[in-house]
Amino acid sequence: MSTLSEAVRPGAAPAPPADAADEPVRGLWRQGLVVFCENRLALVGLGLFVLLAGICFLGPLFYHTDQVHTDLTAVHLAPGEQGHPLGTDGVGYDQLGRLMLGGQTSIIVGLAAGILATAVGTLWGAVAGFAGGWVDPAMMRVVDAMMSIPSLFLFMLLAAIVTPSVPMLILIIGAFAWLGPARLVRGEALTLRSREYVQAMRGMGGTGGRAVRRHIVPNAIGTVIVNATFQVADAILYVAYLSFLGLGVPPPAANWGGMLSDGLADTYSGHWWLLYPPGIAIILIVLAFNFIGDGLRDAFEVRLRRR
Amino acid sequence: MSESTVRKPPAAVQPLLELRDLDTDIALRRGTVHALDGVSLEVMPGETLGVVGESGSGKTMTALSIMGLLPPGGRVSGGQILFEGRDLRSLPADEVRRIRGVRMGMVFQDPLTSLNPTMRIGVQVAEPLRVHEGVGKADARERTIEILRRVGMPRPDRIVDNYPHELSGGMRQRVAIAMALVCSPRLLIADEPTTALDVTTQRQILELIDDLREEFGMAVILVTHDLGVIAGRADRVAVMYAGRVVETAATATLFRTPRHRYTEALMEALPESAIRETGAHARLYSIPGLPPDLSRPLAGCRFAPRCRHVTDECRISDITLSAGEHQHACLHPVPTTPAAPVTLPAPVRVEPAPQPAGPTAGPDEPAATSVLSVRALVKNYAAHGRGLLRRTAGQVSAVAGVSFEVGPGETFGLVGESGCGKSTVGRLAVGLERPTAGQIMLDGTDLAGLAGRERRRMHRQVQLMFQDSYAAMNPRMRVDAILAEPLEIQKVGDGAARRARIATLLDQVGLSRRVLERYPHEFSGGQLQRIGLARSLALQPRLIVGDEPVSALDVSIQAQVLNLMRDLQRELGLAYVFISHDLSVVDYMADRIGVMYLGKLVEVGPARDVVRAARHPYTQALIDAVPSITPNAAAARDGITIRGELPSALNPPTGCRFRTRCPLAQEICATEPPLAGDGHQVACHFPLRPESSAAPARAGAVA
Repeated sequence: MSTLSEAVRPGAAPAPPADAADEPVRGLWRQGLVVFCENRLALVGLGLFVLLAGICFLGPLFYHTDQVHTDLTAVHLAPGEQGHPLGTDGVGYDQLGRLMLGGQTSIIVGLAAGILATAVGTLWGAVAGFAGGWVDPAMMRVVDAMMSIPSLFLFMLLAAIVTPSVPMLILIIGAFAWLGPARLVRGEALTLRSREYVQAMRGMGGTGGRAVRRHIVPNAIGTVIVNATFQVADAILYVAYLSFLGLGVPPPAANWGGMLSDGLADTYSGHWWLLYPPGIAIILIVLAFNFIGDGLRDAFEVRLRRR
Repeated sequence: MSESTVRKPPAAVQPLLELRDLDTDIALRRGTVHALDGVSLEVMPGETLGVVGESGSGKTMTALSIMGLLPPGGRVSGGQILFEGRDLRSLPADEVRRIRGVRMGMVFQDPLTSLNPTMRIGVQVAEPLRVHEGVGKADARERTIEILRRVGMPRPDRIVDNYPHELSGGMRQRVAIAMALVCSPRLLIADEPTTALDVTTQRQILELIDDLREEFGMAVILVTHDLGVIAGRADRVAVMYAGRVVETAATATLFRTPRHRYTEALMEALPESAIRETGAHARLYSIPGLPPDLSRPLAGCRFAPRCRHVTDECRISDITLSAGEHQHACLHPVPTTPAAPVTLPAPVRVEPAPQPAGPTAGPDEPAATSVLSVRALVKNYAAHGRGLLRRTAGQVSAVAGVSFEVGPGETFGLVGESGCGKSTVGRLAVGLERPTAGQIMLDGTDLAGLAGRERRRMHRQVQLMFQDSYAAMNPRMRVDAILAEPLEIQKVGDGAARRARIATLLDQVGLSRRVLERYPHEFSGGQLQRIGLARSLALQPRLIVGDEPVSALDVSIQAQVLNLMRDLQRELGLAYVFISHDLSVVDYMADRIGVMYLGKLVEVGPARDVVRAARHPYTQALIDAVPSITPNAAAARDGITIRGELPSALNPPTGCRFRTRCPLAQEICATEPPLAGDGHQVACHFPLRPESSAAPARAGAVA
């Protein structure tokens, strides 16, 4: 804790003039932004995400490719051949255009599933933590039970029952990814509930509702947001896993995991341009979200703040 | 090994440890803190050197520099550490490691975190032996049991196989001491060894260190913030301030005639000195301001900005320690007047506190006038088993039939060791918890009967003040929101009225308006406590329950807060319930004192009577255990010492709960003694002395 030289009055003596008055007073969010910006990696992550998302969503406007009709006359073209900067794949789709299309799916599913999982998990965990009593153990045993089932097995089962589509993928991934945030938020709620400032507020006659509104939610929100970025990164990986297993969105739609899976078949035929670009893209976007998460964690840590 | 226990070795004896101009820097993210600046100290063989200072003075950094345990970023950047004549900074690393491992031992403040929870006691204590002396397993175990016996552990052959969590705090500290001593070091460094312990345990540990010093013929460096601990134990004292040694002298000399103005101010800031000299409660001298920021370049005397006797010279010239036995670094030292004790400029502190209205109330006045009235209060906590079904495993009896009253404008002190239930009483009184049985009346209204709106309004009458104000403030709220919160909850006034009220509050606690836009983490402990007090005052309560409100503060800051609390009491007619483990602080603050032991009040009476003529053996033991800065105070005590630890509140002893540790206990103590007496009540079958007739016959508590 920093010890600013604020006016400390000795006994009943008149308050001495205090120094350090010229510095402007900034809000918590501003200070958080400063801390975030000090973290180079977080800025790199943010830049990376903006870059990748920009390429995927805006790229197709400038770089037109046909990602619907196969062209068997132009399969496995190497990068640069016949105007395909990254070559073509086994059915003649332009690889660069496909990366953009696949990226859209990956990013949409990742973001949506991550947010869904965070929202459901936060709600579940918060209710369990605040309610306490018998509600808490009952709700948390549900989480434990679901966690004890291997997620891969469930993914396969579900994907076999339903037809994979983008909304379905979001739901499936979201349905399992909320367990982590639920546990995290419940723990957070438990500790926050017993904090002395909550007790101090109760000592003033405040109610439980005020405790949640003014003290518990604002203090838990940092953890939740930080966790959300990691959830997004995880969800993008989940999409990759599912697609890798052949449970992703059906063609002609694409996503990075599916492209990686397809490219794997060509490992030994020297078609490296089918393997590396989607793999590197996945690594980059996951890294980007992890860096952002780290930066946000610092930004929400009040003690790192300063003026 | 030499068996010398010489107090003042002749000059010819080489010092065991000598620090010469030691500089230590700690690199942080935002610059470098010069934690030590030219520290020079000597420790003779067999001598106890006390190093005393407030937080941030560099006393712990000195210890860590010697041991080579500086935190990340820390490094000794200049000077010499001469141990037995050899400079640890220039010796090869292997050699230094051996010296530090075998010839020195260190005891840390918190015995829980300094022991590895996954290692058995025996393995842990034997670790230095196995590492440095290559002792075999069986041998090491033998020696471990032996050393545990010597530090006074009961049944050492059993304890070696226990884990740290199975021992109490005092026992753990004994283990930590055994660990430091197992290689028979020449030098023991004890860094705040008793700060985390209760006073009765503290006394046991300090006596143990003293005994072991003689037995092992080793030197001890006792690092502490507590002047009282030093006064009783050390041969010589070094006072540190802002990374420098400002004064060193033999203990008796230093406490009789402090020379440096900082040392003098520190002693005056102790509640003990305010009471001892005048009898009436004088105002404490509080050192204004805060210690300097050590990451900035500093010129002149570092205490100058807070000193009463400062001249322009102090701010410019660099002041070094004077020569001789009694060294001090002060341009305007306290003049030596041989006879008188601490001589003080009179006008500063002769301001007798006014007698609060409460205690003057006659015996005839009915109890209805009291602000708080507690009758036969009981609070049990169910000890739950684990799991979904949560079988109740038993009951923890936290408060067992406590009765007392607090009059308007009165301060009622609650003293006791940790786990005695004093904090629970405080929480019950402010309505944070509901009692299992008994009655709490605020201004004649029973808390139990209130609900909804009335209960909310009740909270206006009584407010809680926390020990750690930082923890008691939402870190995401600015100070204006923090201070406005009680007003919002109680729906007092509109926005403008609240802002005006907050401004008044800041004036009352002596803070400037600018704090409103800042966040709690930007303040120091003393400032936070002021903000906490301002928040407690916001609703204009009649009673404030302070739960260890100054225990986390340094002596000089503590004095500021205590003075402020007394000023506000006088201005606003507040009543306080002042809860503390520190008897001298309670003695200073309280009009009446209640002593708690294991959930029961064992003695209640006027503060002077309880502290100076205690009737319960436990109170007397508590008083005897409090370290005092009066030299030779230890010898004058009538010597009730209690051994052992507080029994578990899960199965408290029947009858008198103190009888398991009481030196006077007899069979009749198995029946519960009632709290008896008129003004000075005691719950004991064998009170130490009859109630003094001078005690005002005010029926304070209802038995």
